[in-house]
This record gives sequence, structure tokens and C-alpha cells, in this order.
Amino acid sequence: MSEVIVITSGKGGVGKTTTSANLGTGLAMLGKRVVMIDTDIGLRNLDVVMGLENRIVYNLVDVVEGNCRMKQALIRDKRYPNLYLLPSAQTRDKTAVNPEQMIKLIDDLRDDFDYILLDCPAGIEQGFKNAIAGADRALVVTTPEVSAIRDADRIVGLLDNEDISSIHLIVNRVRLDMVRRGDMMSVDDVVDILAVPLLGAIPDDESIVISTNQGEPLAGMDTPAGQAYLDICKRLLGEDIPLYLPDVTRNLFSRLTGLLKRA
Amino acid sequence: MNWIPDLRRKRSGEVARKRLKLLLVADKTGCTPELLEMLKSDLCHVISKYLEVNAREMEVGVKKVSSHESKDTIPALYAYIPIHSFHYKGMF
Repeated sequence: MSEVIVITSGKGGVGKTTTSANLGTGLAMLGKRVVMIDTDIGLRNLDVVMGLENRIVYNLVDVVEGNCRMKQALIRDKRYPNLYLLPSAQTRDKTAVNPEQMIKLIDDLRDDFDYILLDCPAGIEQGFKNAIAGADRALVVTTPEVSAIRDADRIVGLLDNEDISSIHLIVNRVRLDMVRRGDMMSVDDVVDILAVPLLGAIPDDESIVISTNQGEPLAGMDTPAGQAYLDICKRLLGEDIPLYLPDVTRNLFSRLTGLLKRA
Repeated sequence: MNWIPDLRRKRSGEVARKRLKLLLVADKTGCTPELLEMLKSDLCHVISKYLEVNAREMEVGVKKVSSHESKDTIPALYAYIPIHSFHYKGMF
């Protein structure tokens, strides 16, 4: 039986799409059959982060409206044959789909996949309601900032009301050097304030920007964020992986070794 | 060069944490920081009739406590009011 996971945050720009892409890639790397659904209708992004933007023919709205079959709309990943993307529509808006249609769409995919990841749009309107309608569990992404945590708290409240019982937290863009000198809330602070169990924390790693530029998610790669994402995937599979947050401070030594590696 | 740490500067992470806690309480209960400040000053005023207290040392806020009826947490008003001395020493 498949598990349907919605990746949400409330606030925009905290890393929902990046997290969706990397969890999809990581779970596929671990041998699971995964489909990622971009539910942000009108503002399609997940295809770009996955580097699949040139392969889109049909989209989510086409499937819902019966313009194509599900198989025609699913795009296979470049690297993992067990990873698929159902892209969102770019020229429609969020009212093109309703929660009942989303639930049916997800039910049609359950037999063929182990994990169905829903990349939720920012906000708490129709798009959010569509995305969470068919979800079994939710991952709330936040950053250690006042505005992002405030929105995350609101989202957790809304998810509680919608009977999504399993809610976990991912704290993104943590800078251990700033936490150490007291200029950033720690992961513990965030977990304490939101009172939601932690699934993982991602260091603020410049390799994320590079990976997004290239359209190749870095889950599993030898970078701090790549390892942190793979750890989260393993935890999703039930493994007991301790939280490890590497310090990505660029000191002189790491810059030199970085240069040597590149050469 | 600004390489000597300024020890007087308040750590912004702690500032963020405190602001956030107040903000979330305000969001959930409608108790804004101004309202709590007014409540504190009124409380201080009333209690001062009986006990010697200092508004600057008082803390009034809302925190989550576990409900007696259900397993949910509910917001509760709390006040931390250190007493300096009793006005009416003859009472005891």
C-alpha cells in the first residue's frame, strides 16, 4: 500500500519544492517507486527543479479533465526509472481542480507507487486544500525565521483540523555557525515552539543552489544537504537515523580542499 | 575591522524566539502584547492595594497547558508576581 505525503509550509520560499524533489529522488535512490505531484497550479516549479521542464506534454489538469490518460502525463526521471513526476498546469489556476478530484487522482496512483509526494503551493487557500485532501501524512517545512515559523504554526493547526494525524517537521536552511553565536534559532528552539516531532534538519548549503541551477536534486550526494535529505528519506522508511547537522561554515581550510576537489 | 565581538549586543536568535512566542500567543488567543501590557498594569494596580509588588518584575503572559477535560493543550493566562512585603502585617 502506498503512502501519500504532502510537503507544505504556509510561507513561500522556504524550500517545499526543493524538499519534494530531494525526497522523491532520495526515496527512488533507496529503491522505492515514487511519484511526485506538483499541485501548484499556475505556478509550476517542480519540473524545473527536477530538470524535466522540456519533457512536459500533459499535466495534472489534463488528467483531471480527462484530456489524457494518467500514463501519458507522468514524466519519468532522468536518472531513476522508478521516479515519476506529474507536472502542474502553467496556464490554469488553482480553481481548475477541487479536493474530490485530487483524492480520485491520488487513488488512481496508489496501486502503482510506494510513495506519492504532493508538493503543496504556498498559502492556505484552495491550492492548499487540494494538496492536503488526499494526503495520509504531512511534512511541514520551515526555516528558523519568525515569519516562516508563524506560518508553519498556522498550517499545523489547519492540518490538525483536517484529520491528518501524522505531522512532522523539517527545519530547512539551518546555519550552525549562526546558531552557535546566538544569531539564529536552533532546531531545538523551533521544535519546542511548534511542538511537532522533527523529521530532519537541512543545513543551509550552497550546493542546493548549484543543484537547482542544474536541475539535478542532490539527495544522497556527498554534500551536507544531500546527506541530510537522504537521512530524512531513510527515516521515512522507518530507519532510526540520528540527527546530524554538519557545520557548513566556509573556513579557509574547507575552501582550499573544495578548490582541490574541483580541480 | 570588526573582529571583536560586541558582548553588549543582544543575541538576535533569542530576540526572534521571544518575539515568536508572543506572536503565536497573540495569533491564537487574540491577546496582543499591548493587551497583556495593559492587563499587567491593571493587575499591578489592584494587587498594590494589598501587597507591595513591582510592575517591572511582573510577568503576565499566555502559555499552553494541558487541559483537564481532554488531552489537548489549551491556552492559560499566567502571572508571575514577586511579592516584596505585606502591607497589612497585622493580618498574620
